[in-house]
Amino acid sequence: MEELLEILRDLHSDVDYDTCETLVDDRIIDSFDIISIVAEVDDRLDVSIPAEEIIPENFNSAKALWALIERLEND
Amino acid sequence: MLFTSYSFVLFVAAVLLLYYIVPRKFQWPLLLVASYYFYYCADTKGRYLLFITVTSVVTWICGIVMDKIGTEGDAYVKAHKADLSKEERKAYKAQVKHKKNMVLLLSLLITIGILAVTKYTNFVITNINSFLKPGNAIRAMDIIVPLGISFYTFQAASYLIDVSRGTIKSEKNFFKMALFVSYFPQLVQGPISRFGDLSQTLYEPHKFELNGFGRGLIRILWGYFKKLVIADRIMIAIKPMITITDKYFGTYVFIAMLFYAFELYCDFTGGIDITIGISECMGIKLKENFILPYFSKNVKEYWNRWHITMGTWFTDYIFYPLSVSPRMLKLSKWSRSHLGDKLGKRVTVYLSCFLVWLATGVWHGAAWNFIVWGLANYVIIMVSQELEPLYAKFHGKFHLKDKPGYAMFEICRTIFIMSCIRLFDCYRNVPLTFKMIGSMFTKANLKVYVDGSLMELGLTAADYTVLVIGFIIVLGVGVYKAQTKKDVRTELSKNIPLFCLVCVLLVISVAVLGAYGNGYDSTQFIYNQF
Repeated sequence: MEELLEILRDLHSDVDYDTCETLVDDRIIDSFDIISIVAEVDDRLDVSIPAEEIIPENFNSAKALWALIERLEND
Repeated sequence: MLFTSYSFVLFVAAVLLLYYIVPRKFQWPLLLVASYYFYYCADTKGRYLLFITVTSVVTWICGIVMDKIGTEGDAYVKAHKADLSKEERKAYKAQVKHKKNMVLLLSLLITIGILAVTKYTNFVITNINSFLKPGNAIRAMDIIVPLGISFYTFQAASYLIDVSRGTIKSEKNFFKMALFVSYFPQLVQGPISRFGDLSQTLYEPHKFELNGFGRGLIRILWGYFKKLVIADRIMIAIKPMITITDKYFGTYVFIAMLFYAFELYCDFTGGIDITIGISECMGIKLKENFILPYFSKNVKEYWNRWHITMGTWFTDYIFYPLSVSPRMLKLSKWSRSHLGDKLGKRVTVYLSCFLVWLATGVWHGAAWNFIVWGLANYVIIMVSQELEPLYAKFHGKFHLKDKPGYAMFEICRTIFIMSCIRLFDCYRNVPLTFKMIGSMFTKANLKVYVDGSLMELGLTAADYTVLVIGFIIVLGVGVYKAQTKKDVRTELSKNIPLFCLVCVLLVISVAVLGAYGNGYDSTQFIYNQF
């Protein structure tokens, strides 16, 4: 999780990822950010996030994104 | 049968009446019959029907096949979970995915192939001919372009991709699939619905509800008001300005640009209001396609508010799959290691974005004007993206965000930029468009505002008065929505006499002030051609 938070903080250091649950809904991160996150996760955590998993529910919070990564890892 | 014709109004009235008379289980089959009849009227030789039926059949069969492959694959993995290692499971899943992808590819080749052949063959021929000697030129082909083909093909494609991804189940009933593809209110200009959003509301039985019916009715009237009273009237003045270019340049281009921005907004949102309104009258909920786009503070935000269903289609089905494909991720890794983290990160995003905007331009029409329009959007978005840190510094230093009027400046700037590149819709070719945009800055003749020249564009003083009042009403509704975050119809429905009064005023306005008669041409909606 710490590694993921690092990726997210690199993008927007001013966001409180522990509490924010509307990253996509409130347009705090946009489609360009999402692509950066996917590339970083692939690179640093060795988990590929397929296009069909790029939905707001999976990217609205750090927690949801971490749950997705864990699910894909165990899949 | 144009949306603006009397026959369409009668047709919709008959469909609505029958919709609530027939037993509820026959409501969706009735809509299918109505949709096919509507489409038959667009081409009584039945050719359009043939095209849409082929797309529906292919979509239906391939959806079922992909679903079957996926279900059997999942069942196998579940049954052999204990026997298979993680790697074996992954390999099997990849095999299943490959099979589904093959079916998807075939289905998209057929459905999008039909769109490509009908819409772009002559464009390709014209471009090839420009390289050939006149004697060797290839003859243009006599190919019909079925009404709304770009919209229903994209809708079918979204269904196929969603089934292949396993995010929705396939539709087993062919007639339900045929209705999803051909649902008449949205057939000609969208919104481009997703099966997951539309299917339930489209097929489920609906009881007549006065509130919902009233809300739908007022939205239809509002749509007709924008289309017939404003868009079709202002079009009269735009036509000469964009066709007689040796007379109307300089300041006229600026006027045409603003007039066209207003026309397109009223035309497209008016059409979508009619579409969503008809659906609401039947209890069917469609996705919104616009959220006050002319209140956007930058181009990126504008595209999140304008033609939303098209934008999300390109994002979900082209931008994301392209950007996260293994090849792109590999390229991203390479570019980051060779160009540095900051620049390297952007390479894949910019490449995917370029392809998306190229596709968006091509989707809008078989002409270089649309391709250049798409790429102009791309350039502006990318430049804005690059300048974002600079903007942030600038805003921070001068505290501009807190200053009253700065938001208004940002809104006006966005409207100007979008309206400017939209001129590619208007002029007959790309060089002429650039020339006319250039003349706006170099050959301004401000006298035309006051010397009566505007009265020679085909509109009378009374027409301009109607347009100004129309503009104030449309703007007023927008400002009310933006400031209060309230839905105007919901507020109106709290006061029944006022609601009825507005309905009556809209009917009278459309009947009396609608652009009919000599000199007027109640045209198709602009987005019908796409």
